[in-house]
Amino acid sequence: MSVFDQQSTRKPPISQIGAILWLRTNLFSTWVNGILTFGSLYLLYLIFPPLLDWMFFNASFSFGTVNLFGFDIKFSEAMATNQNCGREGACWPYIYEKLYMYTYGFYPRTETWRPNIVFGLTALLFVIVPLVKHYKHKNRVTLSLIILYPLVSYILISGGFGILPVVETHLWGGLLLTLIIASVGIIVSFPIGVVLALGRQSDLKVIKLFSTLFIEFVRAVPLITILFMASFVLPLFLEPGNNSIDKLLRALIGISLFQAAYFAEVIRGGLQAIPRGQYEAADAIGLSYFQKNALIVLPQALKISIPNIVGSSISLFKDTTLVLIIGLMDMLAMVGLTTADPYWLGRETEGYVFVTIVMWVMLYSMSRYSRKLELRFNTENTN
Amino acid sequence: MSTDKSKTDKKNIIEISKLNKWYGDFHALKNIDLNVKEGEIIVVCGPSGSGKSTLIRCVNFLEKFQEGTILVSDIELTDDAQKIRKIRSEVAMVFQHFNLFPHLTIVDNLTLAPIWVHNETKQEAREKALKLLDRVGIRDQAEKYPNQLSGGQQQRVAIARSLCTSPKIMLFDEPTSALDPEMISEVLDVMVELAKEGITMICVTHEMGFARKVANRIIFMDDGQIVEENDPENFFNHAESDRLQLFLDQILTH
Repeated sequence: MSVFDQQSTRKPPISQIGAILWLRTNLFSTWVNGILTFGSLYLLYLIFPPLLDWMFFNASFSFGTVNLFGFDIKFSEAMATNQNCGREGACWPYIYEKLYMYTYGFYPRTETWRPNIVFGLTALLFVIVPLVKHYKHKNRVTLSLIILYPLVSYILISGGFGILPVVETHLWGGLLLTLIIASVGIIVSFPIGVVLALGRQSDLKVIKLFSTLFIEFVRAVPLITILFMASFVLPLFLEPGNNSIDKLLRALIGISLFQAAYFAEVIRGGLQAIPRGQYEAADAIGLSYFQKNALIVLPQALKISIPNIVGSSISLFKDTTLVLIIGLMDMLAMVGLTTADPYWLGRETEGYVFVTIVMWVMLYSMSRYSRKLELRFNTENTN
Repeated sequence: MSTDKSKTDKKNIIEISKLNKWYGDFHALKNIDLNVKEGEIIVVCGPSGSGKSTLIRCVNFLEKFQEGTILVSDIELTDDAQKIRKIRSEVAMVFQHFNLFPHLTIVDNLTLAPIWVHNETKQEAREKALKLLDRVGIRDQAEKYPNQLSGGQQQRVAIARSLCTSPKIMLFDEPTSALDPEMISEVLDVMVELAKEGITMICVTHEMGFARKVANRIIFMDDGQIVEENDPENFFNHAESDRLQLFLDQILTH
């Protein structure tokens, strides 16, 4: 029998760490990789210098004097016009001039404080929810927020109820409308999606059949068709005088039903990943069907599905830009609308680049947020 | 055994008669008749695929059966969801793979059924849960999640969870088969303790030492039927059928 000495721990050999080694293993490990690295560098060289020139070095930042939170910041004597901006660089004063349109559409300028409060509340929501994580009644707080937030937002933006002047939905536009369509679409379709996913797994044949038919039908139809149906075909069937169903509302219903089918499939994937034993254990301790799903199955299934739920939400967010086809003035539609202004003709590029940047910032934040959620809910692999 | 006498005049808590079950065309249980008296400890053994798990899973209706009747506490098992829930609140089950709820802490795993099925307050349920965790020796793990525990600890949590609703009957479905060898005894110790307290138990297990020690009756199943049934002494030493003798030779040689 042999006895071994206790070994001391030490740092890895110096040749295994450092920048040169990183370069060699990641970029130049084989000659194919070397060529790919140089090829990529060349592509970046082709794309980036002209892009940076256009966006910054040749661009005009002559905003005139900007009032930012009560401070006057002077960029230039007078604001640049479409003519003196030049064509070799971006004309950012155009965006500045049309920022109101991009944000609120035709929302009356005297009522801007209302959507502003809603934007503020939304930001606050993202701050509050993580803060109350350890509060005793956090479920109650979260639940009341879920009910109150949409209600308050709706009253503020739409007005009426004798409190605020009504702002008709055809005046809503820009980022405001994009956010409304996306959030209503996601929030309304989610519970429907959960019900459809459970329905598709139900033992009751009728419910199963209905859920499956609905999901498969909707998934086989492009969103644009559904939007067309909702906005042009549906009114034909409704009574001629009865055009009381708002165009935006019809679009929202169409989008919600469309998204519900996708959520249903994503959640079904999560449901199928739950082992049979979980159902059996829930049954064996006497939980009812509703309790079993609400307490055991869905919390686990939804957690697994977070990346796909967020992925699907991001797709929907991008798809909301399709509403411009049925005449709703979302952020993307504003590019066409604002450049039709004779004073700012031909500035579509700036518009599209701006919308791209805003979309990217929002959607990238969403995907980072989902990653955070995943980590927070991850109790399965905390060994 | 002295306890045997007192048990003969106790009433049947489970009555299974002419039970038949098929999976598709496969005849999984054939004419099973079995009565279990209150407080009785029954061990069911047999080769894999012999229907022993299926049999005990019929008792709390995790498996549906096509023919025959099962009475638990004088309630007949039918499709009626109300009755099934009533029976399940009296019959607890411990699974081979523990089936703890991985998204809940240990103590939340235990309090789930008392709170949602038996309408206990959070406070009551929690106190009882901690007491039970103490009893199975893992009180200090109460706030951890199941996957942070070893297999043996998880199975002890599962036993505590099934005790939380004060069941009259405990069903064990191969509780030690998925465990590493060094963890089997800690689970069996808990089961022996339970057996001493007079709870009715049906255990599907291959732990013959456990069977010899605590069982009132041992049932040998093969091919979907009960082949032999006897007290431990006669079961191990005077097997009547060749099939049981062969089975015993196979598992007791090592």
